Amino acid sequence: MISIPSFKPLLLSAGIALGLTASLSGLAEDAAPTADQADDETIKVGVLHSLSGTMAISETTLKDTVLMLIEEQNEKGGVLGKQLEAVVVDPASDWPLFAEKARGLIEQEKVAAVFGCWTSVSRKSVLPVFEELNGLLFYPVQYEGEESSKNVFYTGAAPNQQAIPAVDYLKDELGVERWVLAGTDYVYPRTTNKILEAYLKQNGVAEEDIMINYTPFGHSDWQSIVADIKKFGSEGKKTAVVSTINGDANVPFYKELGNQGISAEDIPVIAFSVGEEELSGIDTGPLVGHLAAWNYFMSVPTDENDAFIETWHGFIDDPKRVTNDPMEAHKIGFDLWVQAVEKAGTTDTDAVENAIVGLTTSNLSGGTAKMLPNHHITKPVLIGEIQDDGQFAIVYQTEEEVPGDAWSDYLEGSKDLIGDWTDPINCGNYNIKTKKCLGSEQAATE
Amino acid sequence: MSPMSRFVFGGSDPALAMALGFLLLLMTATGAADNQSTDPASSPTAEFSASPATETAVASDAAPQSEPEPGPESASEPAPAPATASKPGSESDLTAAFDERVSQLTDNSFKVKEAAAQAIAETGDARAIPLLKALLSGDLYYRKDDDRIVYVAPAGSSGWALTDALSGEALGEVGRRDVRKITVNNRMRSALRTSIAALTLASPDPALRLRAAREMVGSDDPAVISAVRTQLAAEDDQQVTEVLTLVVAIADLKQPDIDSRLAAIEVLHGNLYPQARNALNGLLETEQDPGVLAATKAALDAIDRKRQLNSSIETLFFGLSLGSVLVLAAIGLAITFGVMGVINMAHGELIMIGAYTTYLVQQAMPGLTDWSLLVAVPAAFLVSGAFGVAIERTVIRFLYGRPLETLLATFGISLILQQLVRTTISAQNVVVQNPSWMSGSLQLNPGLALTYNRLYILLFALIVFALLLLVLKRTALGLQVRAVSQNRAMARAMGVRSARVDALTFGLGAGIAGVAGVALSQLTNVGPNMGQAYIIDSFMVVVFGGVGNLWGTLVAGMTLGVANKLMEPWAGAVLAKILVLVFIILFIQKRPRGLFPQRGRAAAD
Repeated sequence: MISIPSFKPLLLSAGIALGLTASLSGLAEDAAPTADQADDETIKVGVLHSLSGTMAISETTLKDTVLMLIEEQNEKGGVLGKQLEAVVVDPASDWPLFAEKARGLIEQEKVAAVFGCWTSVSRKSVLPVFEELNGLLFYPVQYEGEESSKNVFYTGAAPNQQAIPAVDYLKDELGVERWVLAGTDYVYPRTTNKILEAYLKQNGVAEEDIMINYTPFGHSDWQSIVADIKKFGSEGKKTAVVSTINGDANVPFYKELGNQGISAEDIPVIAFSVGEEELSGIDTGPLVGHLAAWNYFMSVPTDENDAFIETWHGFIDDPKRVTNDPMEAHKIGFDLWVQAVEKAGTTDTDAVENAIVGLTTSNLSGGTAKMLPNHHITKPVLIGEIQDDGQFAIVYQTEEEVPGDAWSDYLEGSKDLIGDWTDPINCGNYNIKTKKCLGSEQAATE
Repeated sequence: MSPMSRFVFGGSDPALAMALGFLLLLMTATGAADNQSTDPASSPTAEFSASPATETAVASDAAPQSEPEPGPESASEPAPAPATASKPGSESDLTAAFDERVSQLTDNSFKVKEAAAQAIAETGDARAIPLLKALLSGDLYYRKDDDRIVYVAPAGSSGWALTDALSGEALGEVGRRDVRKITVNNRMRSALRTSIAALTLASPDPALRLRAAREMVGSDDPAVISAVRTQLAAEDDQQVTEVLTLVVAIADLKQPDIDSRLAAIEVLHGNLYPQARNALNGLLETEQDPGVLAATKAALDAIDRKRQLNSSIETLFFGLSLGSVLVLAAIGLAITFGVMGVINMAHGELIMIGAYTTYLVQQAMPGLTDWSLLVAVPAAFLVSGAFGVAIERTVIRFLYGRPLETLLATFGISLILQQLVRTTISAQNVVVQNPSWMSGSLQLNPGLALTYNRLYILLFALIVFALLLLVLKRTALGLQVRAVSQNRAMARAMGVRSARVDALTFGLGAGIAGVAGVALSQLTNVGPNMGQAYIIDSFMVVVFGGVGNLWGTLVAGMTLGVANKLMEPWAGAVLAKILVLVFIILFIQKRPRGLFPQRGRAAAD
């Protein structure tokens, strides 16, 4: 007879199953270690992007981008007369595994630089490894700021290159007076919203005109939150949603907005994590007219961009693939690294670090990207409206590039801090008032 | 704990009654409300292919406006259109002014464009409506070499045929790169809608008038208000009259004489339009007269009472709707886990397969999105059911009575199924379209709307539940299933082929999971990982409700849904979920067999 199992074994089993999920994902194999033909005739470049797991959708594209850039550079004759060789590893969307793989890249493969990471938590996880082993990391995604490491180059946007200009646009161009700050519950949205809240309050927005809401990863039941937003927005003042909602949760969110009859004209949503790649997998109907703020759009009308898209389509052999902001960031980071190596005449970490600050390269929107002493770059800020073909119609662009600010000016704890990795300061968190470098002390108290 | 379960029972009855009420409402309301609530922007056709369609729509829309009577403004002069009434000037002067305004639309600044669009609307020129509509829908372009404003239609393989927007003259074909779209932003779009609304307020079609009137609620532009007053006198449609009265009343709150303010407040008493409440709140701050002040307060109180009621109904609906999703996800598991005792970790993947079946059905019948779900439901049942039977025959039947091994095996199967979808279809999420009847919402009153997709899924969950109950209680298969699960040896002795029953039962549970996948594909992302999101919730609901009890699953799902939504406003979505989990842990400690434990011999281990 089948006995209906009692609950204790059931719960035990469920526990085992959950543990199993966690450990299995850790067992994922390296994707393509091309390590064996290691000879001194090549310079190795590490690619640290997840090729499996939840982040694979976004990160695989970046891996391909780096491979494309390397191929292109090799056709031009490589760097310092040597060919570049990609070492691709798969950290499988598993944060501790990022650190392990990073250690492998630097210690065993002896790569000259690493291009990789997507989420802030993966970057935080590899940071100690890069600092300990003195490696180089180019990080291509927008992030919450409040960090400047000697060994990391932040080619994505800091909050003052994305969030703050986006809020300014809503305030000045659309006349928004009430604000909903909605985000997924993790470090990037929380820090960004803290900065935005402080910024809005300094601009005279009252406490009751700001609504802050956090939801879990992959949240799909948006009914009551959207109803709250609707109520919040129906009190006479123009309202907008600033969304740091991550990935998958966006689709049901926008769908619910559409179903509850909230159009982009009533309550526009400006998103910091919705780009071309994310839009290509979904029905864009309910999103049309909503906004996104980035530093690059595929629809940017420049010759450089057309050429980049053409190369990309040729490399990936699929004319339907889109380009996006982090891809441009990798291209800029790669160009700057190549220039720095040529300038320094070596791939030695310290020499490249010293050489790269102040170098410039052209970005894809017709401007110039310059590596700043705080290891961030200058970027233009673009605001686009989502179209039904998954592209953005650009409605706003800053006149000139905005320099990336590692430490936000709007937070109590960080407004006096700067990052400057040039002599004589050479510090990631230098307090300009007390003229002291906080060093790792700051990291410990964080 | 027993008061708890009694409460739950008490709560479920009105819930059912309410659901039935919804059903009736739906039957009567869908037809009428559909075309109104469907957002024109929700059709996901590619931009280029969309333009000809909207183009013709614009043209045919405009036809009745411009054709029947040449020069509709001069004819309808006494009627509303807030045309800046006849400036003395010849026809050609006006045309020149119009043309000049139109040429400003090519400017780069949205502010200039917005002002130009406003001015175009105010000229009252017959060409204004089609032009503004095209501008609104993004179908207005200009030629790069001479800045001429044109409408475009695809011609040839990559060329576009141009029509001059001002003269209607055909300008031949050009390449796509030779014209540039006149972009509009959000703010401009909403201004355009109001302008178009003002121009269509006198339209013969009451539905158009209603939409126009709604756009004007809260407007304080004197030109608009006077147009509304004129229209109100001539209006014969009741709904439109209602909205127009509201527009006038909100404007009248600013009248200097006390009696008209009081009359306006009377109109706004208990009115649920948010603009009415805002206007009254505004009055509260500026009003000097105590009589008017008291009336304002009374009117606001009435509004707030109604809003309170609305928001309670809304919360209940949200809770039931979340509950219905939980029930749908869990109900298949209630069979495989609850009745058969198989810990099926691949349950979520069976849901996923159902969702992918919906996707494939939609791919197979392009253009018939509205009907695809009707095909997808039985298809998903069969496909997931077949997977279920296959899993049972090849793996699970060797593992009966060994829960740990079953758990591991089904967990492996879940990984295999995920990878199967990743390799055969795509690792990316796929796009499942929503049929038009699932979009939009049912407007019960100006402050309360229930979204159709949630409403249908709530109903659907109840129907699936009822059917399943019917199968288990009223069919021979159901009898055999219950017999085998209660006492296998005895059932076999009575001539029941237990192996076959096992396979069919598991197939039934899997099929129901597939059907749940069809419903979930309408609410959330369809991707290889989607099943993972539901497996925990499903087990939670089944265990909470009492293993082996279908009613328990229904009540548990609905209770958890409503509890979650009641807590969300003050605890936030993250904490609400945690609190629900903590509550269940405590509850299971106290009552390990859930809300409705099986009694008698069936419960014996």
